[in-house]
Amino acid sequence: MVTLIETQTQDYATVTAEVSTRTDLADSPVRDLNQALHNATDGQSWTVENPGGKHSLAVGINAGVTVTINGHAGYYAAGMHQKGEVTVNGNAGVGLAENIMSGKVHVKGDASQSAAATGHGGLVVIDGNAGARCGISMKGVDIVVGGNIGHMSAFMAQAGRLVVCGDAGDALGDSIYEARIYVKGTVASLGADCVEKPMRAEHLAELAGLLAAAGRTDNPADFKRYGSARNLYHFSVHNSTSY
Amino acid sequence: MTITSLTPGAPAVSAARPVEELGLRESATFDRATIADIQRAAATGVYDIRGWGAKRKVPHFDDLLFLGASMSRYPLEGYRERCDTDVVLGDRYASRPLHLQTPVTIAGMSFGALSANAKEALGRGASEVGTSTTTGDGGMTPEERGQSKHLVYQYLPSRYGMNPDDLRKADAIEIVLGQGAKPGGGGMLLGQKITERVAGMRTLPVGIDQRSASRHPDWTGPDDLEIKIGELREITDWKTPIYVKIGASRPYYDTALAVKAGADVVVVDGMQGGTAATQQVFIENVGIPTLAAIPQAVQALQELGLHRKVQLIVSGGIRTGADVAKAMALGADAVAIGTAALIALGDNDPRYAAEYAAMGSAAGFYDDFQDGRDPAGITTQDPDLSSRLDPITGGRRLANYLRVLTMEAQTIARACGKSHLRNLEPEDLVALTIEASAMARVPLAGTSWIPGAK
Repeated sequence: MVTLIETQTQDYATVTAEVSTRTDLADSPVRDLNQALHNATDGQSWTVENPGGKHSLAVGINAGVTVTINGHAGYYAAGMHQKGEVTVNGNAGVGLAENIMSGKVHVKGDASQSAAATGHGGLVVIDGNAGARCGISMKGVDIVVGGNIGHMSAFMAQAGRLVVCGDAGDALGDSIYEARIYVKGTVASLGADCVEKPMRAEHLAELAGLLAAAGRTDNPADFKRYGSARNLYHFSVHNSTSY
Repeated sequence: MTITSLTPGAPAVSAARPVEELGLRESATFDRATIADIQRAAATGVYDIRGWGAKRKVPHFDDLLFLGASMSRYPLEGYRERCDTDVVLGDRYASRPLHLQTPVTIAGMSFGALSANAKEALGRGASEVGTSTTTGDGGMTPEERGQSKHLVYQYLPSRYGMNPDDLRKADAIEIVLGQGAKPGGGGMLLGQKITERVAGMRTLPVGIDQRSASRHPDWTGPDDLEIKIGELREITDWKTPIYVKIGASRPYYDTALAVKAGADVVVVDGMQGGTAATQQVFIENVGIPTLAAIPQAVQALQELGLHRKVQLIVSGGIRTGADVAKAMALGADAVAIGTAALIALGDNDPRYAAEYAAMGSAAGFYDDFQDGRDPAGITTQDPDLSSRLDPITGGRRLANYLRVLTMEAQTIARACGKSHLRNLEPEDLVALTIEASAMARVPLAGTSWIPGAK
């Protein structure tokens, strides 16, 4: 008996801020920034200068705040993000928005590997390319990548949607569960139990919504859909050569 | 085979005679359990999956003895003089370390592997004696958060149910790299235990076999781990202690690297440590005994000058207060129990003998936790079976057991003249076997010889 998971269409509430606090990481520690963000209330706004690739920027946000990082972020930018909106005007390191729950994270440049890993909800937009393992173990997050993604992306992806406007690397969607993948360009190879699936009207509609939420103008009809063949859901000795 | 030892004229061998009386020679290589394993594999084509830790006999705490006080050491009066048992865990970096009343903690076990009642009972029992309990693969349930005074939240490769709200509610965070039953292996929960609630917590379809990842999805190696710990500290405002749990395989290096990565506490789990479901071949053949792991971990901490500053929790085969005392004498700051805690709740109780027999097992042998048909109501998601375990009674039984472990350890510590359990030291111990002596790095009893010592 297998009951499939419904992926809900999410409302990524956009936050409008009135006044912005300016934080310069050249002369104040990351810890102070994060502490201030944890004490913040809805509607507050921060502009972060000189991030210098520092790790754990704007992690653990739990309020409707907006944070704009002007420069490159290191590992785990916007980790475990909730409710607010973080924009990186630069590139992001490993584990961007890992385990994001809600809200929005937008990287204008490229993101390194494991972007949006294990994310449970919210929207992650990467205008450039994403490295390997993008969307690994995703659990409900929506991801839109403007460029290409690396190998082993959406590995063991459980729920949520991954949209790739460029090409996908090897072993896309290996051991995937119920997440849905849309790729506009080529797929180097599909991983175990991941197959191409027909694009029906509801898929074109949800893809159009995701592209619009990411501010993109790509045509949904140009994409192909990939998902689980559901052949590995129950262990069987006859599948032993699939792994 | 032919029986040749019978004298001529003796009565014919009856099949009804007990096997012990027949003078048969059982093969040490192909013993009955091995024969059953081969026949089961031939019949099913699938490897055996089971719960518990290594069942093979390995050098263990039983192979150590304490040297009580005598001429050169003063004992403490058993019912007069204090022997304290409290322990502080996580004060290296965290601003809110745990302060436990007994060094015996409850190891991580998942809701999913265990019933909600069992998780609640563990929380109740642990809280009653002032110690901690630990979540597992599958997230934090309101039952265990509500009933646990000190709750350690596991951060696992699967990240099932992981969310920052629960992270902030946790009293400590345990980053799990592995466990003693299966260093290098991920979790496993078979479809029969994936109920709607379990599936919902894990964001998986109901009823499918679930294999959780063996590697963390967003970090690789000790340098990344340091950054990951930094992120978790930032999210929790540097308040919450962060443990790193390793399955014992290379504990000297793993402990040193965990400390370098910034752990407040290192948890080392030996191969006798239990699991809810793993391939038997994995449980019995991967990892090292708890006894061999402790001195290696302690050596790493001592060489870094951080023994007692980064606390060491040891698990894997702790059953008695003597085991607690021995682990601590070898340098542990605390221990964790899993299998023993479930036994205290009623696992493998002979009163379920008939039901174990109906499943082809027996009280004392039952380990098919993956099937979810546990008559004791512990390793199941079946509502009828799990209702057999009353969380209040179960919690009281666990609290009783934890008190006994603590008092037994105190008994030994007083006999060794120690006013606190942590004052026990390797010098209080000797080994009964050469193997245990070499592993535990204490002398063979009656000698000053430690094999391998420089």
